[in-house]
Amino acid sequence: MARIKSVADLEKLRTEILARRESERPSITLCSGSACHATGCGPVAAAIEQELKKQGLGDKVDFRRTGCHGFCEQGPIAVIQPEGICYLRVKPEDVPEIVSETIVNGKRVERLLYADPATSEKIAREAEIPFYRHQQRLILGQNREIDPKSLEDYLAVGGFQALSRALFELTPEQVVDEVKRANLRGRGGAGFPTGVKWEFTRRAPGELKYVVVNCDEGDPGAYMDRSLMEGNPYAVIEGLMIGAYAIGASEGYVYVRQEYPLAVSNLEAALAKLEKYGLLGKKILGSGFDFTVRVHRGAGAFICGEETSLIKSLEGLPGEPKPRPPFPAVRGLWNRPTNINNVETWANIPLIINRGAEFFNSIGTEGSKGTKIFSLVGKVNNTGLVEVAMGATLRDIIYKIGGGIPGGKKFKAVQTGGPSGGCIPESLLDTAVDFDELTRAGAMMGSGGMIVMDEDTCLVDLARYFLGFLSDESCGKCTPCREGIRQMLRILTDITRGQGQEDDLERLQELAETTRYASLCALGKTAPNPVLSTLNHFREEYEAHIREKRCPALACRELIAYHIDPEKCRACGACLRQCPAEAIDGGKKRIHVIDQDRCTRCGACLEACPEAFGAVSKLSGQPVPEPLPEEKRCIG
Amino acid sequence: MSDFFLQIDGKKVAAKPGMTLLEAAQTAGITIPTLCHHEQLEPYGACRICTVELEAQGRTGYVAACTHPAEADQVVRTRSEQLDRIRRVLLEQMLSHAPDSEELLELAGEYGADPGRYEKEASFCILCGLCVRYCAEVKQKHAVGFFDRGAKREINFIPEIAVKECWDCKECFPLCPTSALQAAYVLIESLMAPPQAESCGGCSGHG
Repeated sequence: MARIKSVADLEKLRTEILARRESERPSITLCSGSACHATGCGPVAAAIEQELKKQGLGDKVDFRRTGCHGFCEQGPIAVIQPEGICYLRVKPEDVPEIVSETIVNGKRVERLLYADPATSEKIAREAEIPFYRHQQRLILGQNREIDPKSLEDYLAVGGFQALSRALFELTPEQVVDEVKRANLRGRGGAGFPTGVKWEFTRRAPGELKYVVVNCDEGDPGAYMDRSLMEGNPYAVIEGLMIGAYAIGASEGYVYVRQEYPLAVSNLEAALAKLEKYGLLGKKILGSGFDFTVRVHRGAGAFICGEETSLIKSLEGLPGEPKPRPPFPAVRGLWNRPTNINNVETWANIPLIINRGAEFFNSIGTEGSKGTKIFSLVGKVNNTGLVEVAMGATLRDIIYKIGGGIPGGKKFKAVQTGGPSGGCIPESLLDTAVDFDELTRAGAMMGSGGMIVMDEDTCLVDLARYFLGFLSDESCGKCTPCREGIRQMLRILTDITRGQGQEDDLERLQELAETTRYASLCALGKTAPNPVLSTLNHFREEYEAHIREKRCPALACRELIAYHIDPEKCRACGACLRQCPAEAIDGGKKRIHVIDQDRCTRCGACLEACPEAFGAVSKLSGQPVPEPLPEEKRCIG
Repeated sequence: MSDFFLQIDGKKVAAKPGMTLLEAAQTAGITIPTLCHHEQLEPYGACRICTVELEAQGRTGYVAACTHPAEADQVVRTRSEQLDRIRRVLLEQMLSHAPDSEELLELAGEYGADPGRYEKEASFCILCGLCVRYCAEVKQKHAVGFFDRGAKREINFIPEIAVKECWDCKECFPLCPTSALQAAYVLIESLMAPPQAESCGGCSGHG
């Protein structure tokens, strides 16, 4: 392929690529995102390649390995085009059948189709599976059409049309204006209007300006940015280039976690290809726009996602935040005007330029436009990446897309916004996902982590977990963050251990307040959220732990005990064999008894006890019944 | 550039561009407590004891006076019930580390802080970073630095540099708001245990 020196070159190449692709030609698309790698897409891919060759179909069927399709729970996922048949949990041994039945004979392999859990009805087409049907995948949807290492694939779906439109049909001011009119708000968490931020940097005095992609996603359980960077790096770079043109920057940086090896390698491959074809460098597409991009691999500190810390880290200094003002838009990287946006924000830009601000504005709520990608994890049937229009309710996401709570358990809370987000109780499940609505509910959008919890989760323990994470990840520079989180963590730990004091809630409240008001950066300012939101919505759980030494969710190890009901025990020995602490005494025809002093409360006995007996139970906040006297332990 | 005016505690105060709120307050004789601030050093904003209430562009928020730039028409309050509470909690948090610091105890008296509110964990250091920054910015020796992060953050002398630079200097000792003796102790401790390359089993095992 020759260097692309003009829009005409680009369009000619696109026409050639499309012409080479007969639309009727069958294709197999295999999801090869990080989650599907973990569930074994590698051997499946090898099997597909081998089988196509074996059946002499190597040049008649397209095979493409793509980024994340989102339905991670059911991976590896293969989609057969043109029909759009979706096969789930594909194994290498399924491949010969897929090729000979579906590709050659046009028949479906029933057992690999999605089965509705309620009706057991099989659903063949991807678009009809409830998980996908209720989504609006404007950004993530491209993933399944693109091999992230192939520029041709990106051009085939209209790649770089937005860039050429920006460079040749719009002035930089018009691009900024389009983004402003689209009302795009930053997807990294704070939700600041992107166009306004661009304008600040554009107007800041200085010849040399920078644009930066923030791919330092560090929230436990969140992988939206990772999947976008892995699956569609070209869209992120195209967005970055459009932003650079609008702002007047000629150098860009991508700050990406080193722990995201696939994202790093796909990004680097994409950049190398763009340089080779002249889409990065001098006079891009024959315009006057010069732009280069460098990749910075972050060492994986949560605080480095905060923009002033990210800048320090890019400069080679410890990632610690700086007071704002001055804002990075005025004095950022090496004291030059710098605009930082998160991966998903940049990926939205080509869409806005291609389809216009009106289109973007037509999606979403009054205050939050467009779509948002969430990583739906925890106690929910369909875990994975979900993209919905802003305004979708949490209930729709969890029940319609997520398929509800597994194992017949009861929903308890959903935690949104990452470690410093908040917990939303069942009574607020009809809250719309919208920057302002989530904040009003005591949580936040954050970058889009969404953790569903069922009745078995203790929310005091959950708050303790997040505070533990934040205590480790705080940079430790300012007192209210470092000491406030540390003291809150200590109090929460005591409460979950049954050592809570009457005045703990008051101390938590004042620590939370001080940390929120007085901390230097957003990590500290939002760190009290897990405590405040659980205190607000689940105060009775705190009180039960403190006053009754009882964990209502039966989760805090130090507040529970396991007990074998003598009426129900059949002396089968199942629990006795599983107990790692040798805390169970029993024998043939002898009712089993747990020695509470030796018991480590691991729960192995409860799991081992046959369902038909159901003799083992968990107790909390009540005395364990005295064991039967020896002479009464004999049964049968 | 010309002066401009802002309001601090109801008083009209003249300030120059580039001044922080703290500096503006000081020129007007208004006292804001500080612990990590030092005139010779770059503003740092770590201890947050100088937090004030700022009303600007229709919004009220809390900012650190030592780093926040003064601007025309700002309305600043240096004392309020909420501010006193913030300072009290900050002092109680710091007193758990340095329970005998005279400077902290004096402020504790003013803001009603209870030195025993949080369990004592005497590290004697509140991580204000005066020693670290003085050594880096004024002496340009970098003999003392921060290590680790979050709740595990601490200061330490770097033995290789300290052994050469510190004996004749010790200018950081009197800067310490909690205990100069602690600085001496940390210095000596770090020099007592120089790194022993030979005993490092991991990397020199084959050598």
